[in-house]
Amino acid sequence: MKLTFDIAKTHLFSRPKQTLVAMMGVTFGIGMFIAMVSLMTGLNDMTESLAMTSSPDIRIYHDITQDRTSIVEELNPRGINFVHHPKPKNETQKVRNAFKIAEIIRRDPTVRGVSPQLTSQVFYNYGPVQLGGTIAGVDIIEEDRLFGLKAKMKAGRIENLIQDPNGIIMGTGLARKLKAQTGDRVVITTPQGFTTTLKIVGLFQMGIGAIDNIKSYASISTVQHILQKEKAYITDINIKLHDFHLAKELAPQYQKQFRYKAEDWEVANATMLLGVIIRNILTYSVSITLLIVAGFGIYNILNMTIINKMKDIAILKAMGFSGGDVKQIFVIQSLAIGLAGSVLGLVIGFGLSSLIAQAPFNGGDILSIEHLPVNFKLKYYLIGIVFGVTTTALAGYMPSRKASHVDPIEILRG
Amino acid sequence: MEKVLRTHKINKYFYDPVKFQVLKEIDLSVNKGEFLSLVGKSGCGKSTLMYILSTMDTDYDGDLEIAGQRLTGKNQNELAAFRNEHIGFVFQFHYLLPEFTVLQNVMIPALKLKKYSREEIESRAYEKLKILGVHEQARKQSAKLSGGQQQRVAIARALINDPIIIMGDEPTGNLDSYNTQLVFDIFRELTHVYKQTIIAVTHDGEFASKSDKVVEMSDGMIVNTREKNVALPTS
Ligand SMILES: Nc1ncnc2c1ncn2[C@@H]1O[C@H](COP(=O)(O)OP(=O)(O)O)[C@@H](O)[C@H]1O
Ligand SMILES: [Mg+2]
Repeated sequence: MKLTFDIAKTHLFSRPKQTLVAMMGVTFGIGMFIAMVSLMTGLNDMTESLAMTSSPDIRIYHDITQDRTSIVEELNPRGINFVHHPKPKNETQKVRNAFKIAEIIRRDPTVRGVSPQLTSQVFYNYGPVQLGGTIAGVDIIEEDRLFGLKAKMKAGRIENLIQDPNGIIMGTGLARKLKAQTGDRVVITTPQGFTTTLKIVGLFQMGIGAIDNIKSYASISTVQHILQKEKAYITDINIKLHDFHLAKELAPQYQKQFRYKAEDWEVANATMLLGVIIRNILTYSVSITLLIVAGFGIYNILNMTIINKMKDIAILKAMGFSGGDVKQIFVIQSLAIGLAGSVLGLVIGFGLSSLIAQAPFNGGDILSIEHLPVNFKLKYYLIGIVFGVTTTALAGYMPSRKASHVDPIEILRG
Repeated sequence: MEKVLRTHKINKYFYDPVKFQVLKEIDLSVNKGEFLSLVGKSGCGKSTLMYILSTMDTDYDGDLEIAGQRLTGKNQNELAAFRNEHIGFVFQFHYLLPEFTVLQNVMIPALKLKKYSREEIESRAYEKLKILGVHEQARKQSAKLSGGQQQRVAIARALINDPIIIMGDEPTGNLDSYNTQLVFDIFRELTHVYKQTIIAVTHDGEFASKSDKVVEMSDGMIVNTREKNVALPTS
C-alpha cells in the first residue's frame, strides 16, 4: 500500500501540469457547487422564514368556493344528475363559534398561539390617494404571540390598538404609498360602500412587500363595525405551533373536528415552496453537470497517463506487481486529484460565498434586505467533498481497471 | 546436480492470423548456478518460451516447474508473488521506470516483497549497484543514464530479491560491444561467484559460446543442446 502510494505520488508529481489541470476541473465544479448551494439555500431559508414569520402554520376558514352537493343530488343520490352552471350560494364567510373553537385549540400543548380574526378587502384614502388593501381585525396581543409583532413595529406600540378603538396599525409600505404617518387619519371604504375614518397609531414591517404594502391591523370590534357585522363575526382562525412540521398532520384533524377548511402553511405557500424546489434543481443540475465535465477530464487524463505508462505497467507486472497493485496505483492518483481538487474547491467556494454575502442587494418592495442571504453550513461543504471524491473515484476507476488488465507480454514484445 | 527449472512437453499455439504451433514439446532443464544461452533464428520462438518460463504467459500446454514448485495452473496473483520473490527479469530495452532514481528503481521489487526494512533494502540496493559498478549513479534520475548503465541498473534490480533465477531476453541486444562484454562478465561472475542461475536469449554467437550451456531452437523446437565443461578456463 505504502509502495503503491509512493509510485502514485511520483507519477503525479512528475507531470505537475496534467495533475493540476485535472485538479482544476474538480476545483471549479466543487467551487461553483458551494457558491451556488450557499446562495440558493440562503434564498430558500430566507423566503421560508419570511413566509413562516408572516403566515400561520394552520389557517381555519369557511371555504365558500368548495363544491357542495346540489339539491337534485341529495334527492336522487343514485341517479345520473346534470346540474348546469350552478351559481354560488350566498354564503357567509363567517366561522361559527370561532372563539369557542379557538379556546379548544388553545388547550392543545403543541399549539403556541391561536388568533381568531376577520379580514376584508378595503380601500384606503388619504388626501387624493386611494389604494386597495386589506384590513385584519385581530386581538393584537394574540397576534403578537403568533408573529412577534412587537419586534416588527417601526413606529408606535401594539398596545395603542387596545387603547384607541379607532386606531389602526399600518404596514410601512402602505403608509409610504399613502404618504401617511402615525397620527394621520385615513379614510377606509369597504366593498359594501361603508366608509369610516381611522387613525394610524403604529407602523409595522414584516419584510415582505406582499404584506407591508397592503395590510393594516385594527381591533376585532373595529373591523366588525366597519363591515357592519355582529359581535361573533370571525372569518379566520390563525394557528401557530411550537413545531411547524406538525401542521401537515394537524390540519386535517382540525378540518374533520370543526368542519371548516383547515389549511397548513405548505399548501398556503405552495408557490413559494415551488421556488425552493426549482432553486434546488438548478443548484444540483448545474453542479452535477460541472462535476461530470470534471469527471470526463480526469477520465481522459488518466487514460492518457495509462497509455503513456504502458511500458511501466508491464515492467511492474514483470517484477511481480499484481493487477490489483497496478489498479491501486491509478485509483490512488485519481482519488488524490479528487481530494485535493475538492478541498481547493471548498476553499474557493467559501471565498465566493463570502464575496456574494458582501455584495449589496436591494430587495426593493418585496424584500427588505441589504445583502444577498448566503448560507455557511458545514453540511454543504461535506456534501461537496463527498461529491468531488465520488466523481473522481468513478472517473478514475475505469482507466485503472484497464491498467490492471494490461498484458505485459504484449507490451514487452514491442 | 540440483535442478532449478524444468519444463515438460510445453506446447503453445497462436491462433492469429491462422493457427500455428509456435512451441513444440519443449523439454528443458536448468541446473543451479548455470549460465544458459538460448539461441536460434529470429522468429523461432525464443521470446515466446521466455515469457512462459517467466510465468507471465500462462496460455500453454505442458508443465513448468521452478525450484521444485509446479507453476502451471497457479492464478495470476500467485504467479505475480512468485515472480516478485524468485525471478529476476532483464529486458532488451533496459526498461527502468523513468520518473524514479536509479536507487529507487532497484529498491521497488524489494519494497514490494517487504522481506527487509526500508533501510536494509536501501543498503542492499546500493550493494547490488556496486556489484554492477553503477553505485555512483544511485541518486540520479534513471532516464539520465546511458544505455549500458541503464542495463546494468536493470540487472541490479533483477538481483535485489536474490532470485532463484535471472532471465534475460536479449539483454545485450541493444548494447555496444564494450557493454555487451561487461554484461557478459557480470553474468558469469554472478553464476560462478554467487551461484546465480541465468537464462539469456541472445543473438550474439560469441556471448553464447562463452556460456555454460547453449540451447538452440529452430521452428519452435529445441534442436541442439551443447554443454561446456565447466572445469575449463572460461576466459
Ligand atoms: N501474439 C502473437 N500472435 C501471433 N503470432 C505471434 C505472436 N507473437 C509472436 N508470434 C509469432 O511467433 C513466432 C515466434 O515469435 P518469438 O517468440 O517472438 O520469436 P523470437 O523471439 O525467437 O524471435 C514468430 O513467428 C512470431 O511472428
Ligand atoms: Mg525475441
